Amino acid sequence: MSNTSHEVASGPYHSGGAAPSALSAHSVSKRFPGVLANDSVDFDIQPGEVHTLLGENGAGKSTLAAMLCGLYQPDSGYIARNGQRVALSSPRAGLQHGIAMVHQHFRLVDRFTVAENVILGSRNLSFVLDRRSINERVSEVAESYGLPIDPTATVGDLSVGQRQRVEIVKALYQGAEILLLDEPTAVLVPAEVEKLFENVHAMTQAGKSIVFISHKLGEVVEISDRVTVLRGGKVTGHVSGRGATDTKDLARLMVGRDINLGTQRASHPTGHEVLQIRDLSLNVNGVNVLSNISFNVHEGEMVGIAGVAGNGQKELADTIAGLLSPTSGSISIGGATATDRGPIHARELGLAYVPEDRLGMGLVPSMSILDNLLLTRDRHIVVDRASVRPEATRLIEQFEIKANGPDHLARKLSGGNAQKVLLARELSGGRTATKLLVVCSPTRGLDVGAIETVRRLLDDARSAGQAILLISEDLDEIMSLADRILVLYRGSIAHETPGETAQIATVGAAMAGLTTGVNG
Amino acid sequence: MNSNIWLLSFADSVAIATTLILAALGALFTERAGVLNLGIEGMLLTSAITSFLVADSTGSVWAGLLLGIILGAVLAAIHALLTVVLRANQIVSGLALVIFGTGLANFLGKPAEGKTIKTTIEPMSFGPLSDIPGIGPVVFGQDIITYVALAIAVLASWFLFRTRAGLEVRATGDDPATVDAQGLSVATIRIRYTLLGGALVGFGGAFHMLGQSAAWHLEATTNGVGWIALSLVVFAGWRPIRLIFGAILFGFTLQLPFTLQAEQITFIPSALMPMLPYLATLIALIALSRPSSRNILGAPKALGIPFVRDER
Repeated sequence: MSNTSHEVASGPYHSGGAAPSALSAHSVSKRFPGVLANDSVDFDIQPGEVHTLLGENGAGKSTLAAMLCGLYQPDSGYIARNGQRVALSSPRAGLQHGIAMVHQHFRLVDRFTVAENVILGSRNLSFVLDRRSINERVSEVAESYGLPIDPTATVGDLSVGQRQRVEIVKALYQGAEILLLDEPTAVLVPAEVEKLFENVHAMTQAGKSIVFISHKLGEVVEISDRVTVLRGGKVTGHVSGRGATDTKDLARLMVGRDINLGTQRASHPTGHEVLQIRDLSLNVNGVNVLSNISFNVHEGEMVGIAGVAGNGQKELADTIAGLLSPTSGSISIGGATATDRGPIHARELGLAYVPEDRLGMGLVPSMSILDNLLLTRDRHIVVDRASVRPEATRLIEQFEIKANGPDHLARKLSGGNAQKVLLARELSGGRTATKLLVVCSPTRGLDVGAIETVRRLLDDARSAGQAILLISEDLDEIMSLADRILVLYRGSIAHETPGETAQIATVGAAMAGLTTGVNG
Repeated sequence: MNSNIWLLSFADSVAIATTLILAALGALFTERAGVLNLGIEGMLLTSAITSFLVADSTGSVWAGLLLGIILGAVLAAIHALLTVVLRANQIVSGLALVIFGTGLANFLGKPAEGKTIKTTIEPMSFGPLSDIPGIGPVVFGQDIITYVALAIAVLASWFLFRTRAGLEVRATGDDPATVDAQGLSVATIRIRYTLLGGALVGFGGAFHMLGQSAAWHLEATTNGVGWIALSLVVFAGWRPIRLIFGAILFGFTLQLPFTLQAEQITFIPSALMPMLPYLATLIALIALSRPSSRNILGAPKALGIPFVRDER
């Protein structure tokens, strides 16, 4: 390849005479309403290389990948293919340049066969489909990369790992030279992960480039030739992979430990058990979402549940709140059984619940702050707003809610203020005084000021003797608030440690499924 | 028992089934692309009266048929605009279309109410074949539209399951996000097949008028055939070939009271049999509204759901 164009790009890793990168991004920025998702990010990948984008949720890695494959267009900066600047106006344009994305949520039609899915959208086929020759062609492509698959199987009958293989075969069938794998292991069981990694090697051997997107440190070290770490939309480090890197260094780059968000722990000894969970299991559509979970939360204690999204956190919270019926096991709140008694019973036992979806599940957006507070207060046939109004006014002041008064509509509140209203309602207690607070991702999407307030409110509630179960994907939040940390991995508790002595590397490893077992 | 009466009544069932096949195929194409159009009944009425008026004034049934087809497509275009482009609720838009179509037919048909058309579609003659005792009138005594409708159904099956475009339609009805990710336009596909579906429904309405009823009565001309067509699609599992058999079965039960009357069979209440298709329609609509039964029946997974691209 000759460097003829003046727009020839040199990647950030090599200068002058080296061959141009297969694909590169040059100080690309992308802004979404209210957030700078990518801030002057540089990235490049060579043929036959595995280059990982590492970062937490919201770090901007998916946005960068979306720009690399044509799903989004950068606001500034540009993408180059083989050193030539290209405008990827759509995923189809990306595909024409040999770039394909394998999404985390598969884009497959369940009712179609493997071959039908692979050819869907292909323009170079005759109008009338010759099934036999299509099946043969699909098998041929699949086997040439060591990805054997039955083209006549119905996709809906396949395992998740096999479906992923169909997605990869589809990309290869469409002529992809560069494959972007978005969190490909998030949905796989360990054996499937191993198989995927073998396939990745087969593809790089054949000269394909793999952009691997992940936040799991262990597998990143295992699979990557190089790693680019993103945090808050910026590149925080370039590291070479393949075991040459310590996961601790990666974790620091990824999480940014130098920014200390302030540690707050229980200042007094904790009391008796408020929440007791014994051998709790939940099976949804044949999948064990929760298996044999047992733990307690004491008065004045905050227990943090850490884990990557989708490992059973939401189901655990909903089960405790009485919204889901466990398959087996028991839950008791304040010594009384709450197993399978429904949400009203759980609340009568002193449960307060702050769900993750605060405007969908937590508050009624079209109602005022006052009416939202009334939801958990005494019920009469006629709504008695006058009796709650003074309390509403007091809570608005106490929780520093920026609102025009009790009649301010919930949907007109900012995210932080909506969360404060929700916390105010839940912490102040309804018909029963709050004994146990279950709170999910309480600071997600909030600005720094609101995060501090919400954390202080949680700490105050703990000091007041309430038992708190904090479920969050924000490991930092759990590390700095929780008295005890449990790691949820594939529906089981993979690790337990006191918050005081918790090591981010150990907890992170448990979140990634690298270690199991309970130790201090 | 007079076997001739039964054979003739079966031949009549096929004629009724023709309207059902055309209207249901229209619904089937629309639904295979993921658009639920409940407005079939209103579209049938509008197309029927249009074809009546045009055929009556021009003296040409073919001109009547053509205008009927066009009106079906025009009403479907309203539905496509509301539901695909503006992403309105498909059920609300469909019901509105029933009311609109009925009102339009009422308005257009005022002067024609109770009148009979002079020129109609005549049964085809296959010469001696049509005179074969027994199967002759059933197989060779239908009018040309019946044969055309059967051909369209067979063609539709081939198109949906054997061609690239058919693959894309089915994918759009099942999983529009996947189609979108392939760089195909979900909106274009949905609009295209909603219009095609509308044209087929219009064809059915025009045929019903010109080939069967001959007299225009707002209250009696279509008599809920549009609703039955919708349930037929459900019971046929969105498959055109199965739809043919279902249409003949429904057609048979619809005209059975006439046969029973002719045969002087009184132990079956004559009102009971023609109720069955409507009962089936009720069951089908209930089944359509339940996610679990939809899946078992094989409904397109995204049926009735407006497509909005998932953006952050």
